[in-house]
Amino acid sequence: MSKHIVAAVTDLPPGSRKLMTIKGRPIAVFNLGGAFFGLLNRCPHQGGDLCAGLVTAAVTADRPGEYRMTRQGEIIRCPWHGWEFDIRTGQSWCEPDRIQAKQYPIEIAAGTDLVKGPYIAETIPVSVEHNYIVIEV
Amino acid sequence: MKVDCDIHPGVPSVKVLLPYMDQYWADAFVQRGMDGFDMASYPPGAPISCRPDWRLERAKPGTSLAQVQAQALDAFGVRFAICNPLYGGQVAVSETMAAALCSAVNDWIAAEWLDADPRLRASIVVPVQNPQLAAEEIERKAGDRRFVQVLLPSGAEMLYGKSYYWPIFAAAEKHGLPVGIHAGLMYRHAPTSNGWPSFFLHDYVAGSQVFEDQLLSMVSEGLFVKFPGLRIVLLESGVTWLPGFIWRAIKTWRGVRAEVPWVKRSPAAYIREHVRLTMQPFDAPADAGIVSQILEEIGSDEMLLFATDFPHWQFEGDQAVPPGFSPSLLRKIMVDNPLATYPRLQESIA
Repeated sequence: MSKHIVAAVTDLPPGSRKLMTIKGRPIAVFNLGGAFFGLLNRCPHQGGDLCAGLVTAAVTADRPGEYRMTRQGEIIRCPWHGWEFDIRTGQSWCEPDRIQAKQYPIEIAAGTDLVKGPYIAETIPVSVEHNYIVIEV
Repeated sequence: MKVDCDIHPGVPSVKVLLPYMDQYWADAFVQRGMDGFDMASYPPGAPISCRPDWRLERAKPGTSLAQVQAQALDAFGVRFAICNPLYGGQVAVSETMAAALCSAVNDWIAAEWLDADPRLRASIVVPVQNPQLAAEEIERKAGDRRFVQVLLPSGAEMLYGKSYYWPIFAAAEKHGLPVGIHAGLMYRHAPTSNGWPSFFLHDYVAGSQVFEDQLLSMVSEGLFVKFPGLRIVLLESGVTWLPGFIWRAIKTWRGVRAEVPWVKRSPAAYIREHVRLTMQPFDAPADAGIVSQILEEIGSDEMLLFATDFPHWQFEGDQAVPPGFSPSLLRKIMVDNPLATYPRLQESIA
């Protein structure tokens, strides 16, 4: 495992996502209201590009005919077959215990700390004035 | 303690029902000269409608109590057999005529069959054409604990998950009665999704599709969420279509489940919890290996219920169960599963 600086926090505002390749792996990073999450851009079902899917809400109901929208922007649907995944946990909606999208841990680090290393700064120029998204792969 | 979950006493003619009708209908059937309300799904002369060695001389199939006692109850050594009369009230176009015929059949079978043999139980037949009248008929008969189920035809005017039918399921759930859905159509719609077949061969084989549609309707409309205590029994539906059907339902639910968010669990979970199927016809080759594989794919040993489908012609001799069932599974389908499905059977032996 190694830590990679993938973007400045300001480059990935809340509600946005960014696809990048780290150590040869396609990884999508999401900003959910200031919290960052990294998912392998490969649906565990048949390998579709998760990052290209619709980001939507959790639709739930307690009785027939009811539609309740919660957690807007925190669920992603694979563009191939519509499987839903919780961006925060990687869990699938249909089989949460068995089927998960692979997650990568993310932390936010200050530029002042990063310049000391041992982080790998892909192609991101690091400045001491900014905070950065660091992903462990 | 073996239970036969599907036998078919026959109604000889409307004449036997007249004493169980009110004055208006007792007069109307005579004045209009109406009889022969046998269901088009089971023409009395069709091979499927009666096994050759169970045919009666000069009488419609299943119309003799003594014959049912000898050839269905004694021959198979059953402790209980559930009578599912298939008669025109369940499919008539007129709601009120349907209600009159159904209530007469219920009173007739209680007086002429259930009173005559303590092994017999029956389903309440209802005019599903009018869910309110159907619910009233359930209320009227539910006090007689020998009625253990509500009976519906497999094809009606709409799909059974629709809220239009909820009064029936509410009444059934309230009284702890499973709802049995038996092969047989109102023929308001073509029995296939592509139009009318020309031959009985097609009509009967395609019958399992109607059951698939009803199951999908009940699951997707949220019937089992609305009525969590509801139990559905598919009667003469066949069995072996179930594994592939469940697989397709799970696969599609995973992709589009947000359109039916009340379907919180996989369709397979609802079906395995709420749905039971009788064993005739099992519609598999007489090959123990194949049968075992199908049972494994169904994924539950609690769903199947023993039945002979008497007098319908599904098997020869006493081979009512195909090879491939272990002794413990046989006990489940003949005893444990029926008693668990029909609480009123359990209470009568407690």
